Amino acid sequence: MRSIHTIKDIAAEARIVKGRVIAACFGVLLLAGLLVLRMAQLQVVEYEHFSTLSEDNRVNIVALAPTRGLIYDRNGVELAQNTPTFTLEIVPENVEDMDALLFELGELMEITSEDIERFRGMLRKKRRFQSVPLRHRLNEEEVARFSVNRHRFPGADVQARLTRSYPLGASAVHLIGYVGSMNEEDLQRVDAAEYRGTTHIGKTGVEQAYESLLHGKPGIQRVETNAQGRILRVLERTDPVPGSNVTLTVDASLQAVAERALGLENGAVVAVDPATGGVLAFVSTPVYDPNPFVDGIDSRSYRSLLASPERPLFNRALNGQYPPGSIVKPFVGLAGLELEQVTADHEIFCPGYFRLPGRERRYRDWKKWGHGKVDVTRSIVESCDVYFYTLAGELGIGRLHDYLSLFGFGRRTGLILHGESAGLMPSEEWKQRSRGQAWFPGETLITGIGQGFMLATPLQLAMATATLSTRGVRLRPQVVLRRDDPTTQQGTVDLVPETLETIAPRLEANWQTIINAMADVVHGPKGTARRIGIGATYRIAGKTGTAQVFGVAQNEEYDEEKVDKKLRDHALFIAFAPVDNPRIALAVLVENGGGGSKIAAPIARKVMDHYFQQVLDTKDEQLILTATELPVAANP
Amino acid sequence: MAIAKLQPLWTPHKALAPTLNAMHDQRTLAQRLHMDIPLLLGLLLLSGIGLAVLYSAGGQDTSLLIRQGIRLAIAFTAMFVLAQVSPRHLSFWTPWLYVIGIVLLIAVLAFGDVAQGAQRWIRIGPLNFQPSEMLKITVPMMVAYYLGARTLPPTFMRLLVAGIMVVVPTLLIARQPDLGTALLIACSGAFVLFLGGISMRLIAACTILASASAPVMWYLMHDYQRQRVLTFLDPEQDPLGAGYHIIQSKIAIGSGGTYGKGWLNGTQSQLDFLPERSTDFIFAVFSEEFGLSGVLTLIAIYLAVVFRGLYIASQAQDSYARLLAGSLVLTFFVYIFVNIGMVSGILPVVGLPLPLLSYGGTSLVTVMAAFGILMSVHTHRRLISE
Repeated sequence: MRSIHTIKDIAAEARIVKGRVIAACFGVLLLAGLLVLRMAQLQVVEYEHFSTLSEDNRVNIVALAPTRGLIYDRNGVELAQNTPTFTLEIVPENVEDMDALLFELGELMEITSEDIERFRGMLRKKRRFQSVPLRHRLNEEEVARFSVNRHRFPGADVQARLTRSYPLGASAVHLIGYVGSMNEEDLQRVDAAEYRGTTHIGKTGVEQAYESLLHGKPGIQRVETNAQGRILRVLERTDPVPGSNVTLTVDASLQAVAERALGLENGAVVAVDPATGGVLAFVSTPVYDPNPFVDGIDSRSYRSLLASPERPLFNRALNGQYPPGSIVKPFVGLAGLELEQVTADHEIFCPGYFRLPGRERRYRDWKKWGHGKVDVTRSIVESCDVYFYTLAGELGIGRLHDYLSLFGFGRRTGLILHGESAGLMPSEEWKQRSRGQAWFPGETLITGIGQGFMLATPLQLAMATATLSTRGVRLRPQVVLRRDDPTTQQGTVDLVPETLETIAPRLEANWQTIINAMADVVHGPKGTARRIGIGATYRIAGKTGTAQVFGVAQNEEYDEEKVDKKLRDHALFIAFAPVDNPRIALAVLVENGGGGSKIAAPIARKVMDHYFQQVLDTKDEQLILTATELPVAANP
Repeated sequence: MAIAKLQPLWTPHKALAPTLNAMHDQRTLAQRLHMDIPLLLGLLLLSGIGLAVLYSAGGQDTSLLIRQGIRLAIAFTAMFVLAQVSPRHLSFWTPWLYVIGIVLLIAVLAFGDVAQGAQRWIRIGPLNFQPSEMLKITVPMMVAYYLGARTLPPTFMRLLVAGIMVVVPTLLIARQPDLGTALLIACSGAFVLFLGGISMRLIAACTILASASAPVMWYLMHDYQRQRVLTFLDPEQDPLGAGYHIIQSKIAIGSGGTYGKGWLNGTQSQLDFLPERSTDFIFAVFSEEFGLSGVLTLIAIYLAVVFRGLYIASQAQDSYARLLAGSLVLTFFVYIFVNIGMVSGILPVVGLPLPLLSYGGTSLVTVMAAFGILMSVHTHRRLISE
């Protein structure tokens, strides 16, 4: 044997090592057994748990936002549409250095400080891993330039989206409203599942009121994603259901005519179809462009809109509450007749002022020397104040309140637009409740001429006029004519006249008396609005109004001499036409416009002219018939 | 290395003699090539499995497969070459190889390339060389040489000398820093001592000492090493950072279930959720796609190789060969245990590959070189005894 280790006990040493090898075998088996147990634990015992985690890793649910329904006017003119636009969007969680990114992107395309300011504002409000738009409406060149350099900007990407736009711009903005980015408040209000993937929501107007109809239903896509969240393939897809297209009752051209007629004045025009309650025009001026609101208006522009003394954001037609002034006279006169306080031929003498029995204070007529002997018809035609002071005093505030409430004064009309103001029809209970004060008799008198506490919105005035024109049918004003089912493309007529209340006439002749008086306001030789009757091919019933610019805080102690020149009177006019077959009822308000006959009435005439000449079928038999019956207005 | 000079036995006339003596002996061809057939079959089987899993883990990238094929060829060549060197010659060169290894380690610390914050590589001409890999074999060789030449079990003084032989390279490598390799080298040295008959009481004392020194170790550790330990203790603490590896790995393994998701169908690996899936975490890919049944099969093959190796060690004819062979096989098992333990979350993440499955070259060559030594030990036995 070859060995240099002669003193070694070779056999013994071999035994030692063999023993240790056997021990090692057991050690190896033990540790291998440990591994097997661990694997069994992971793969058998906890299989369900890890399988679920693996599936969660792999499958993502991506919501597909529905396409928002379009909004048309009654003739199919698009009022709100979806335009494909390119937006530069950023997922902030994927950006390492935001300032550097914004700077470098700014070298590639124009990014204004307003863009950055708005972007930073939205960063604070967004959900995690939601992309935030930085620049909207990229042109094709900018898209191309970004695409080439895209690798330089992790976290930034160009998205093609459908962006809401309003092709008519500022026109009808107070009716249509606009959509805007969903904020925290919106998120809490809506069903989150219905709004997965949706970024915008109706903020005002029809966009807000018909949100549920326009929105549609989101689709769902189950996708397989990799660790970077990139979609590899679509496992399952449920298409979104687009929102319904909505056709409004308004006529865009009539709307435009009314807006032009108001011109630079601050005011409102509300025109409705008395037969259906459908709103034909809904104007509040000044108007503003809703398009910048869609992508988030920059705060400087927004502040200037807010700070403007013209208050363009204020919806005067819906929320402007004005003393109706002489507008209420036909209604008060009708109350007198119907409640049998006076008869149509009952006359009083108007000396130019009214004095409560036993009191010194004089309530003046607008005509200093008085109207002389007047009945209800003349009092409406010439707008005699003394007659209505007298009548109001005799009726008392209770009966006045109750009867005028039938026409919707002091009550919301029920238009679907959000936040409608109710106006104010004062009463003794109201004053006691809200101010803790007793009602003074003098307050009844001035309520009779639409001053004092009484307030009404232009919408209320238009609806009250419509109720008068239909001899007592109070309808709910409506704005949607038709909706199209998004899947079948089948149109459903949405406009079913909804009667809120019917005022049963005690005597038809009473109504006729009032309506005839209103016709004489326009067509009679002494009518306050006789100038707009000239050349009209249809008969108009109207009433002018001039309202003092005073808050409800003013009581009967008011003195015309103290009125600030800046606070000029509001000009008002209500009308419906044709008198015997009303097709349109409207209310015009011009803030600080001065006299109703001079400023407001001509606007109404322009609107009605357009309506009868352009909007309605001119071959309408009844209309021509009515026109031929016109009496020739005597020239003043 | 001038291997050809060291192979006087690799000559036709000497090799022919036993063949002529036993013409009917079927194992003679393998014997002549110094190959151990069971071991070779096990290693080839593992390499085959490795290539299949790598094809899946690498996203069906054939070029990756070809590169790994080339590495396997180099590694098997190294095994074959080393198998031709008789243990006697190996024993003769052992002190020289050990000293060269230590010198190279010092050279690495002095002028080595820095990669990923660690200084492990040394450039010799066009080749990048990692001296710590060489030490994985020369350290157990040296300890076996030292103990094997003297009586067993070793005296306390000899244990101290042997301990210094292990500790010096271990510390040098730990300084690089390469904790995984340092651990393996310390293990390989310790295994020689264990096989050499070191008393069980001493082992127990050392274990206690090691546990007691844990706080000191903690203090000496680099931040990333501490992070690994913390992550191991609670991976959920940092699910998107350091804990991400281990969480995704456990999801991959667990979701494989009993029979797996099927080859190329592992969603965790195919969809990029699993990091390092071609290298250190390849076992998770295998487990996801082949399930527990595959895992049991793979572990069985590994165990077969280990037990064959231990058998070879026990059958070796001198102490040097016995101690060296046993230590190399046990170190191989440590690789497997640590890698699978780390991937399945029972051990901290130390960057150790799974031998023959993980993508990568250097450690593969070392592992196969070790198997070459085992084959040499086994196949030179009879010739010597003739």
